[in-house]
Amino acid sequence: MKLLPIIEVKDLTKVFGKNKKQALNLLNEGKSKEEILKETGSTVGVNRASFSVEEGEVFVIMGLSGSGKSTLIRLINRLIEPTSGSILIDGQDLSKMDKNSLREVRRKKLSMVFQQFALFPHRTILENAAFGLEIQKVSKEEREKKAKEALELVGLGGYLHQKPSQLSGGMQQRVGLARALANDPKVLLMDEAFSALDPLIRKEMQDELLDLQSSMQKTILFITHDLDEALRLGDRIALMKDGSIVQIGTPEEILMNPANDYVERFVEDVDRSKVLTASHIMKRPETINIDKHGPRVALERMGEEGISSILVIDSKRNLKGYVTAEDALEARKNNVKDIHAILQTDIPKVDIDTALHDIFSIIYDSKVPVAVVEEGKLKGIIIRGSVIAALAGEGEVNMENA
Amino acid sequence: MLNTILDFAPKIPLAEWVDWLTGVITDGFAFLFDPIKEHFGNFMEFFAEDVLMAIPPVIFILAIALIAFFVTGKKFGLAAFSIVGLWLVYNQGHWENLMNTVTLVLLASLISIIIGVPIGILMSKSKTANAIITPILDFMQTMPAFVYLIPAVAFFGIGMVPGVFASVIFATPPTVRFTNLGIRQVSKDLVEASDAFGTTGSQKLFKVELPMAKSTIMAGINQTVMLALSMVVIASMIGAKGLGREVLSSLQRADAGTGFVAGIAIVILAIIIDRITQNLNRDKD
Repeated sequence: MKLLPIIEVKDLTKVFGKNKKQALNLLNEGKSKEEILKETGSTVGVNRASFSVEEGEVFVIMGLSGSGKSTLIRLINRLIEPTSGSILIDGQDLSKMDKNSLREVRRKKLSMVFQQFALFPHRTILENAAFGLEIQKVSKEEREKKAKEALELVGLGGYLHQKPSQLSGGMQQRVGLARALANDPKVLLMDEAFSALDPLIRKEMQDELLDLQSSMQKTILFITHDLDEALRLGDRIALMKDGSIVQIGTPEEILMNPANDYVERFVEDVDRSKVLTASHIMKRPETINIDKHGPRVALERMGEEGISSILVIDSKRNLKGYVTAEDALEARKNNVKDIHAILQTDIPKVDIDTALHDIFSIIYDSKVPVAVVEEGKLKGIIIRGSVIAALAGEGEVNMENA
Repeated sequence: MLNTILDFAPKIPLAEWVDWLTGVITDGFAFLFDPIKEHFGNFMEFFAEDVLMAIPPVIFILAIALIAFFVTGKKFGLAAFSIVGLWLVYNQGHWENLMNTVTLVLLASLISIIIGVPIGILMSKSKTANAIITPILDFMQTMPAFVYLIPAVAFFGIGMVPGVFASVIFATPPTVRFTNLGIRQVSKDLVEASDAFGTTGSQKLFKVELPMAKSTIMAGINQTVMLALSMVVIASMIGAKGLGREVLSSLQRADAGTGFVAGIAIVILAIIIDRITQNLNRDKD
């Protein structure tokens, strides 16, 4: 990911109502939304939101209804006029633009996908997809070619001459997506784009969006009220409450270290097994070195730590196997010095990125702890107890490993 | 007595003021009205006599039947009615009157639409325009239609032209109202989508709002045409030719038969025009 912010929002504020100045002053004094409503009769839609989105990033803004997320996304293309603050797209400040330049930015750089699809019912699918280009006065031939390409991209190449009402909800939203993509914008603004779809179709659309994204590398600003959707799609997530951004972070950061009670309550219900990976729950492993140590050292270590088996690595931390206390005892009795004689290699291994969900079945069948490896090198171990603790949402989770 | 309270002021010369205003307009805009009277009057005469009446009635009837057939989605009902109805009018010797009435209705409707649609658009876009024009429309529609005949005569003399003038005033409001309504009813989502893709005001109007408002506007136009037709008899009082004049003269002569026949001819025309304009509005798919 390049480190170029394509959207930069600074102190963006929207006050609905009359006493805008007064409300702004009160906001700066740190008054809450309710207090301001009481004092001025104005509603704070968005309260000094600041964030930046890098090129190629999927940035999700999440919040419950009334949290100001839909207002925020409309401030970014100025469908709603901001009260104060700035919006920089590609370094250009939208908030200060005149109508003509704003229109140019909307045409070339920002395309929007809407919750209720907002397709034009009097136009065919092809004409809908070509709308953005049509208003830029692109020739009919060229705009239809691009619209067709966009429709094929979303899997609707065969429906060019139907009307939107003849398509299912999921298909209609594909048209919405194609209409946005046909412009070849830098940024896609997606306002609860999948919220009106039923759960199965929604998941399908999320997958497709991720597929498309991996090949197109657009910058996507995605609004949702659904945390699972946010976690699936987002490279980073901003959580909104009462018009303010409460926390911005990667899905893991939000889940692991909720900034406050609000975020915590929000993330409580998430299926942690799909989000957490081996790296979050592994512990520092006890090891012996295959080149230096023999059964005696192994036995001693196990005794110290109170464990019944120990992992064996070489000097480069490559995982070789494990030895059990029983075998080591036997070896000491028989005076065997070489650890190879008692080395067991059938150790269960998982990759460091393996989801908790998948570790569960492996660890269930295993008598010994599961080793976590990265390119063959040992990174840690997972014992059954820490998996269960993590699922319960209370285990020690090491973010430094993430 | 108590009524003396109401007599605190002398009678306000409202009528005199209107007279004065009409006079001023008549004189002041004579440069405008006179050429309209002359050229437009000539044009109407030309249209009625040299265009419509030049078409052989058989062809005319068949053409209307064909139009009726196709706009109703290839059904025979209205087409058959048109043939029988128009033949009856011909049979009763009212063909020339019918052509004059068609001219009056057609031109009055056309002018109403040309004036009405843009005003409706203006009202939908501007709150101020909406606030100012709405009461004017109410006034235009509630004022008894006969009243319009008076300034019409003052401005344009007698004949077809003042008939059209009075009809236009009476028939324009529905087109204005329905255009305004239709555009305001376009879903907010679609307007937003249009804005988000960077449409200019006129692109939004022509590519989104007007197409979406089309059926509502057409309903207004249908009303306008019917109102223009309802003015036919009234307009005949100031010398407009056509079926209305027959109705009026039979009224003066208490000639029930002739009056009924002319009335039936107007009804036949009304049904044909109404059904054709309504069906233009029907969604093709």
